[in-house]
Amino acid sequence: MNAINKPAKKNFSVSRRAVLQGTGAFVLSAAVPTFVLSKKAAAQAARLGIAAKPALEPTQLDTWLKIAADGKVTAFFGKMDMGQGVDVAIAQVVAEELDVKLENVEVIMGDTYFTVNQGGASGSTGVQNGAIPLRNAAAEARRVLVEHASKILGAPADKLTVTDGIVSVVGDSSKKVSYVEMIGGNYFDVKVEWNGQVGNGMVVTGKAKVKPVADYRVVGKPYKRFDIPGKVYGTTDFVTDVRVPGMVHARMVMPPTAGASVVKIDESSIKNLKGVRVVRQKDFVAVVADKEWDAIKAREQLAVTWSKPTPPFPDQNGLYDYIRKATSAAKKVEEGNGNVPDALKGAARVIEAEYEWPFQSHASMGPACAVVQIEEGGKTATVWTGSQKPHYVRDGVAKILGMEQDAVHGIWVPGPGSYGRNDAGDAATGAAMVAKMIGKPVRMQGMRDEGHAWDPKGPASIHQAKAGLDAQGNVIAYWFNSKGFSRLDVNSNESDPSDNLPSQLGGSVSKAAMAFNVPEESYGFANKSMGWETIPQFFRNGNPLRSSHLRDPLGPQLQFASEQFMDEVALAANVDPIEFRLKYLKNPRDIAVMKAVAEKSGWKSRSRPNGKPGGTGTVAGRGVAYARRGGTVVAIVAEVEVDRSTGAIWPRKFTVAHDAGIIINPENLRMTIEGNIVQGSSRAIFEEVMFDRDKVTSVDWMTYPILETMQAPETIDVVLINMPNEKPTGAGEASMRPLAAAIANAVFDATGVRVRRGPLSPDRIKGYLSQA
Amino acid sequence: MTERITLNVNGKTHSMTVDPDMPLLYALRDEIGLRNPKFGCGLAQCGACTVHVNGEATRSCATPVSAISATDKVVTLEGLGTAEKPHPVQKAFEEEQVAQCGYCINGWVMTSAALLKQNPKMTDAQIREGLAGLKCRCGTHMGIIRAVKRAGTMMG
Repeated sequence: MNAINKPAKKNFSVSRRAVLQGTGAFVLSAAVPTFVLSKKAAAQAARLGIAAKPALEPTQLDTWLKIAADGKVTAFFGKMDMGQGVDVAIAQVVAEELDVKLENVEVIMGDTYFTVNQGGASGSTGVQNGAIPLRNAAAEARRVLVEHASKILGAPADKLTVTDGIVSVVGDSSKKVSYVEMIGGNYFDVKVEWNGQVGNGMVVTGKAKVKPVADYRVVGKPYKRFDIPGKVYGTTDFVTDVRVPGMVHARMVMPPTAGASVVKIDESSIKNLKGVRVVRQKDFVAVVADKEWDAIKAREQLAVTWSKPTPPFPDQNGLYDYIRKATSAAKKVEEGNGNVPDALKGAARVIEAEYEWPFQSHASMGPACAVVQIEEGGKTATVWTGSQKPHYVRDGVAKILGMEQDAVHGIWVPGPGSYGRNDAGDAATGAAMVAKMIGKPVRMQGMRDEGHAWDPKGPASIHQAKAGLDAQGNVIAYWFNSKGFSRLDVNSNESDPSDNLPSQLGGSVSKAAMAFNVPEESYGFANKSMGWETIPQFFRNGNPLRSSHLRDPLGPQLQFASEQFMDEVALAANVDPIEFRLKYLKNPRDIAVMKAVAEKSGWKSRSRPNGKPGGTGTVAGRGVAYARRGGTVVAIVAEVEVDRSTGAIWPRKFTVAHDAGIIINPENLRMTIEGNIVQGSSRAIFEEVMFDRDKVTSVDWMTYPILETMQAPETIDVVLINMPNEKPTGAGEASMRPLAAAIANAVFDATGVRVRRGPLSPDRIKGYLSQA
Repeated sequence: MTERITLNVNGKTHSMTVDPDMPLLYALRDEIGLRNPKFGCGLAQCGACTVHVNGEATRSCATPVSAISATDKVVTLEGLGTAEKPHPVQKAFEEEQVAQCGYCINGWVMTSAALLKQNPKMTDAQIREGLAGLKCRCGTHMGIIRAVKRAGTMMG
C-alpha cells in the first residue's frame, strides 16, 4: 500500500486531475525499466502507454496488468495462444476478476520485454496454469482499487460494487469513482507474492480473494477469437513476413546422408549468383543473399562434398525389431500395485498383445522461419520467432550471441503452426549463428524438406500388454510396458543451443534426456503395473530422427495400445467395450464421461464385433476409447467406413465427451476439440515418417500425406461437460489422445481385424485384410 | 540472367528486373512487398501461396513470374477484400471462426472464392472435392467446409 496517499473525504465526483494530484492518487512509479527498448519494442510500448514501467518482475502487479488513461486494460500473458483462443480465455478471466468489459481487455503475449516467462505454450496449460497469475493479479488490482475508492468515497469497501470499471456505493450509484480516475495510465507499484518458479509453475498471489464461480458473468461465455479477422483479411504479420532494414536471407544446406560431415565446399558453383555468401561452422552450412530467390537457388546449386558415414538408420521394415532388440538406456515402472507375475500365473486366461507406432513429424504448414538482428554494436539483439516458447528461444539466442538474457528481445510473431517442439527454435538458432558471423540482420527460413525431414520427431515405439482373467472373466492382473525412443532426445524448449539442429551441426554436443510416459487412465485393476523403457537415439548431433514433443507427447501411441488392449480384453471376457470400461473405471468423472459418450452416440451394446474378416465392399463399424490428460477426461466413439477393396478408412463421425473442469469459453473449446479430432485422425490414418538407411525420405506432402477435405469427418458431435466447481484443465491435446484407438477399435468392429500397428493407412489396412 | 517484368497486381502495375524463372510468389512477396500469399512448400502441394490469375486459383510458388504477362490480372488476399469491404468468403470464414494458426488460410480463402464464383451452390461433396489438395495442418477442415457453404449462401 505504499502507493496510496491519504484518503480524500466525501469527494464523490472526483476529477481525474484531483485524484492524480493529491487527493489520493497512486504515485507514478519512479522505477526505470532495466532494459533498453529496441525500436520495435519502443513503438509497442508507446502504443500501450508503458514507456516507463516498474521492472518486469513477477512480484510487481504492474507486470501483469495495466489500466491505461482511456480505460483499456492490458493483460501481460507469459504463455501463448497458438490459434485456439487461449488469449480470449485469459481476457475473460481478467475481465471477470477486474469487473471490466471484455472488449476493454487486450492481451499481450510472447514478447519478452512485456511478459515474464510463464513457460510459453506447453502441455495444454495455457489456461490451467497460465491463467492463475493473471486471475490473481486482476483480483488484487480490483482489491487495491476498491480499497482506494473506499477512501475517496468515504464508504467501507464491502459497501462498494464495481461495474465496467466504475466503483460505486451500493444503494447510491451517484457516489462513484472510476478505475481510470484512480489509476488510468499510472502504475500500481504494488507487490504480489511469487512462488519463485519460472515457467509453467509460476504463480503469483495477492491479498485479494478471487471471485466466487457463482458470480461469473464473463467466464463461460462464447466470446470470439481476437486473431481471426487479421488472419482472414490477411493483415496479420506472420514470422515469415517480418522484414527489417538491411536484412539478408539465409538458407541452410543440409547433408544428403544424415550425420555426414563437410569435406569441401566449392564456392565457384554459385559464382553466377552475385553477392551470395557461404557461411559455415563445422557441418552447419548456410547460404546468404540479399534476395530470397538467390538464397534458394544457391541452396540448390552449392556444390558441397560430404563424407560418407556408415548408414545411421536400420531398414525401415526393421524399425520395430530394432527397438525390441535395442539395449534400454532407462526404464521405470510409473504405476503399480499387487503382484502381477503371481496373479498372471494364477489366471484362467492370459491375453497378450503388442502394438507399434511410427515416427511422426510436426510437418508444420510452412517450414520454420526466424529473424535475428544484432543491435547497438553487438550489445543487444532482437529475435522474431514463431516458436511457442519465445522466452526460451530468447535464452538460446542470447547464449549463441554471448549476451545476457535481458539484452535479447524475443518477439513472438505467429508462425506456420507449432504442435510442440517443431523446427521453430532451429530456425532462430540458425539465424542467430549467421547474424553473428556476418553482422547483418538475418532472416532464416527452411525449405519444405527441412519442415518434414529435419524437424524433431514424435518418437517411434512398441507397447506390450498382458492381462489375466479369472474363470468368471474378471481382470485379475494387468501389465503394460512401452519401449521406444525418448520423448526428449532434444528438450522441448530451445534455451540450450545444443538442443537445436544448427548448433548440433555446428559442433555442440547434444544432451538427451530419457523420458517416456504411461497411459493416463483410472482403471482399478488389482495387480497392475505400467512402465516404460527408452533407447538411445541413432546418433547424437544432427539426427533427423531425434525425437521431442509432438502434440500430446506420447499420448496417441500409448492410448492406441492401451485402449485397443482394453477392447481385446473385453472381447476375451465377452463383455461390451463400454460396459467393460465402466466396470473398472474408478474416477467418477471418467465414469460420467464414458456414460455421456455412450448416450450421445447411441451406443449399442455388443460383446463381439459386427464385422467378419473376408469379403469386399464398404463396411461400417464403431469403436470407443478414453483417456485422461492432466485432469481432463475424454471419451470418443468413432464411426468409420472401411473400403475393403482399397483399405481406405473414412472416419465418418465422432462423438466426443469432454470434461476439462469449468468451461471458460465453450465455442473456442468446441473448435479446439474439432481441430484435435481432425489432426488426430490424420495422424491415426495417414502419418508415418519414411526413411532409408541414409536419410529421412518423407520430404514433402506427397511422401508424408496428411488428411484432406475428402477424408474429413462428416460430423463431430461434441458433448461439453461443464464442471463449475472443478478447476479448468487443458483442452489443447486431450481429445487427440484416445482418437487413434477409437478408430482402430471401430475398424475391428467393421472388419473383425485388429490393427496393432499405426498408422491405419490404406496400404496397411489392405494388407491386414488380405491376410485375415 | 534477368528480365524486365511487369505485373498487374490488385489493380496496380509493378515493374521489376528479376530472374524470369523466379516463382511469382517471390515477386509478390519480396519485390512488391505483399504479405499474402505464403510460402508453404514451393511444390504446389499445399496451396498456401494461392493467388488469382484472371480469376483462376493459381499456386504462385510453382508459377514462373515470366508466365504472367502484364495484361494478366493477379489478385492476392489483400486485393480480394478487406475488413471494411469483405469478400463473402472472408466474411464467412470470420463468422465461422475458421483458422487456428492461420498460415494456410490464404489458400483456402482464395481457392474457395474462385470455386464459388464458378458455382455458388456447391454440395458438400463438391466442396470437399473442389478443395482437395489444400492442406491445413491444424485440422480446421470442419470449419472450412461450414464457411464455404455459408459463403455460397451469401453469394448465391
